[in-house]
Amino acid sequence: MRKVLFPTVIFIATILIVARIFYLQIIDDSFKLASDNNAIKIKYDYPERGYIYDRYGKLLVANQPSYDIMVIPKDIKELDTTEFCSLLNITKEDFLKKIAKAKIYSPRLPSVFLPQLNKLEYAAFQEKQRKFQGFYIQKRSLRDYQVNYGANVFGFITQVNDNIIKKNKYYNSGDLIGKQGVEESYEEILRGIKGVKYIQKDKYNREIGSYKEGKYDTVAVQGKDIHLTIDAELQKYGEELMVNKRGGIVAIEPKTGEILALVTAPSYDPAILVGRQRSKNYTMLYNDSIAKPLYDRGLLAEYTPGSPFKILTGLVALQEGVIDENTTFFCRHGFSYAPGRFMKCHCHGGALQLHRGIYESCNTYFSSSYMATINKYKKPADGVDVWSNHLKSFGLGQFMGYDLPTGRKGKIPTSKTYKRMYPGWGWSSKTIVSNAIGQGEVLMTPIQLANMIATVSNKGYYYTPHIIKSIKGQMIDKKYRTKHVTTVDKKYFDPVISGLFDVYNFGTAHGLNVEGIDICGKTGTAENFAKINGKRVKLQDHSIFVAFAPKDNPKIAIAVFVENGYWGARWAGPITSLMIEKYIKRKITRKDLEKRMLEGSLQGEYNKYYAKPIIDTLIKKDIVVPEVIAADANKESKKEEEVTVPENKTE
Amino acid sequence: MKNQSISNNLDWISVIIYFILVVLGWLNIYSSSLSSIEGESSIFDVSQIYGKQFLFILFTIPIIFSVMAIDAKFYEKYAIIIFAISLLSLAGLFVAGKTIAGQRCWYAIGSFTLQPSEFAKAATALALAKYLSDVQVNLKDFNRQVQALMIIGLPVMLILPQPDPGSALIYSVFILVLYREGLPAWYIWTGFITILLFVLALILKPIVLILLSLMVIIFVYYRSRFVDRNWILSAIIFVLISGFVFSVDYVFHNVFKQHHRDRFNILLGKEVDMKGVGYNTNQSEIAIGSGGWFGKGYLEGTQTKGGFVPEQHTDYIFTTVGEEWGFLGSIFIIILFVSLFIRIIYLAERQKTKFSRVYGYCVAGILFIHFFVNIAMVIGIFPTIGVPLPFFSYGGSGLWGFTILLFIFLKMDANKVNEW
Repeated sequence: MRKVLFPTVIFIATILIVARIFYLQIIDDSFKLASDNNAIKIKYDYPERGYIYDRYGKLLVANQPSYDIMVIPKDIKELDTTEFCSLLNITKEDFLKKIAKAKIYSPRLPSVFLPQLNKLEYAAFQEKQRKFQGFYIQKRSLRDYQVNYGANVFGFITQVNDNIIKKNKYYNSGDLIGKQGVEESYEEILRGIKGVKYIQKDKYNREIGSYKEGKYDTVAVQGKDIHLTIDAELQKYGEELMVNKRGGIVAIEPKTGEILALVTAPSYDPAILVGRQRSKNYTMLYNDSIAKPLYDRGLLAEYTPGSPFKILTGLVALQEGVIDENTTFFCRHGFSYAPGRFMKCHCHGGALQLHRGIYESCNTYFSSSYMATINKYKKPADGVDVWSNHLKSFGLGQFMGYDLPTGRKGKIPTSKTYKRMYPGWGWSSKTIVSNAIGQGEVLMTPIQLANMIATVSNKGYYYTPHIIKSIKGQMIDKKYRTKHVTTVDKKYFDPVISGLFDVYNFGTAHGLNVEGIDICGKTGTAENFAKINGKRVKLQDHSIFVAFAPKDNPKIAIAVFVENGYWGARWAGPITSLMIEKYIKRKITRKDLEKRMLEGSLQGEYNKYYAKPIIDTLIKKDIVVPEVIAADANKESKKEEEVTVPENKTE
Repeated sequence: MKNQSISNNLDWISVIIYFILVVLGWLNIYSSSLSSIEGESSIFDVSQIYGKQFLFILFTIPIIFSVMAIDAKFYEKYAIIIFAISLLSLAGLFVAGKTIAGQRCWYAIGSFTLQPSEFAKAATALALAKYLSDVQVNLKDFNRQVQALMIIGLPVMLILPQPDPGSALIYSVFILVLYREGLPAWYIWTGFITILLFVLALILKPIVLILLSLMVIIFVYYRSRFVDRNWILSAIIFVLISGFVFSVDYVFHNVFKQHHRDRFNILLGKEVDMKGVGYNTNQSEIAIGSGGWFGKGYLEGTQTKGGFVPEQHTDYIFTTVGEEWGFLGSIFIIILFVSLFIRIIYLAERQKTKFSRVYGYCVAGILFIHFFVNIAMVIGIFPTIGVPLPFFSYGGSGLWGFTILLFIFLKMDANKVNEW
């Protein structure tokens, strides 16, 4: 027995040691990480972000150098805080707060102490940098905006947050990333790839050379320049026209699907989201929950489309063969679609064919066509689905697949929608007749409206709208070069287009003609409601307009949406017409109309429903919103009414 | 008559393991010290410590030949004289010793230093073997026990005040040897229970621990079939345990200096200051832990290159193995060591004289306790204490001390054909 003790002790001791080593080396990963933090320093070389140009090669967004002061908390030694703070113009409390924050992130890893110094601040700091151990300067490139418009198109760049760092291994704390607009959707192309250098350190944190002779180092890859399909001048003009209004403008080149202008109002000067004021300004924009300047209405706002939808109702009815050009319906300034149910109509009444139905926007005509379409099938469910599928071929009720990061599907109801809405109830074409005139369950975003009218101008096909014209050295995505053909045949478009043309001659938009350009268009007015203080309130109708021009060789298709703009021809119509003139003729002849649109304001309307007057967040350098507008709201809108073009409301 | 030449009777297995360990140690010393210098340098550069280690290794060759040349009987005959000289050399330190880093354990001859405690281990082993091999000696006898413990205690008393607690700790392994030679089992039990109580006393509150021990004693008293039910003895044991627990608590908080307390607290996970007292252990755990299965490759360890682990070429040499050679490399080294211990025990058991058997056990014991304490400290399961890893750590005295210790035994083993 006595012989056994010593070998047993050796055995137990060995097991103990091996188990502990196994735990240290294999099970617990934290040591590996600690080792890397300990001994390897990573240096990044940030490439310059790609430039952004418009469709004609005008430079819109360039870069400026910026300098971040970085800190590694554990390396801070004997710091003259007073000198440091006065040099950077911060308070001592600020200083302590920032250091504490950096420590929480990591005492060993660098984090941003003070972002985005300008050249002067940088020079002053650099001179004394050797005094401040633990701090160093990281050069980055920031955006330098050449224009003060297009904020929603460009988006902005911002420091990555913790979520992104966790999800995407590429980014480290303090890195910049594109958010919203093309900065987000073309982030990887614009940003390039940062270079990485691994440097071996010793225990005094001195660099003792390249780690493994630079085996893992990578060279920075420059970001690529991109050209947008945006026409800078048109974009600028659109934003100017929308000042003091809310809504969106989307203009598309029908033959290609290229987005010529994408306006949302209110907007802001992109330059305010650069530099040390960035976070303050961003918070202000972000917190404005009523005007929502960061909300791209052109892409995100789902509105009931109103009368422009009648174009589709007509096209589907033609394709389904339930009407033809000569089919006549009789309008008695309204339409009794069911016993005791009457839909008012603002057309001139009498017997109408498709042509006059369109330019006078007759509710009776299109409701009748719609019911005929649905009733063609035995079951209303089948009718709705046929109708719904036709609409989907126009890109409605689904994400369109354009190259901007935000969007909404809109809504095109199907039989399922109604089965859910009216369970166990015998709904019929009568129940859902308001879809015919773009009310009901139909929702569209302005870009869908624009794409719809572009499709009509092309007589039955469209290209997915996109904002990228070219990326240096590579073709744009194939999906933007693929033709989508509608389920409505080409021949049915001609009578509709001729009706849309006469909207300008005899119809709801006469007087908005542009000399020398044949425009086809359609007004729209959509009811809308809002919940204010828990009550459902009917707000002023939205003003909508869709158009394309010229009639025979369309170069531009456009949708304009002005929130609470009374009716189609009051705001959206004139703005559409000015935009078309600007794009095609490059100059405006109707100075009066232009002046009225540029100066007109709907702020009074927007403030009406809220206890306190709200001034929209317009932080454009050159646009100041006078406080007076809010106070004079009623007077202003009355004056406006006197000068509006007479027109027929669609409902 | 069998072939009596040494090379035929020498235990080559032990020699080969010894040789591999020495060479691997040297390679690791090279890796661990290369870090702080710019550029690569020859491993034979004698201005650097790895070059010096090479010279130390070269010098083991005449040492080994001398040890082998001396007649095996010499060691038994002159064991006591060797022991006496060794004690004198330890005592002489108080007069002529050189103080390095607060420890007075070196003789300095020019730039060359010698640490007598590295040689005293072998001398003590010889003396103990000589004493126990006397036919008169029976360890059942209390006086004999005291005398045997005296032999172990003398060098300890000279080493402790240097102060060199690491070297002193090594001598506790002789208890295992004494047990093999007949020391009553209760010594081992007492030692085991003392260590257990000490560790528990650091973790638990004294009163909790005392209640626990009371429960265990009562349980043993009523249920055990092996121990006589002696309530007086049980009561004495309880009083002793209580006293011990309180005194551990008292010593820990009132006698220990802060840096002693810290060393225990680190192990118990109480200390979090990894920049201060926890630095060594933390850094060595990081270095080993970052090795993974296969390590970072020889001369590729980032911790080693960065010089993060203090004393890496001496007491913390195993961190280089862990970081650069990974789990598999570490296991390989451990297997080499353990094989050597087992081999020596096997050889000891087949010795024909009691003297060489006891000495063999002492050799295995000394090597083992160095190995265990050193690696356990490096991987953070033993308090920080300065004990080198045999054959591996940098240093001439250590290497030569272990070489002499081992080869005296191999000489005895080779000579056994002449014993009958």
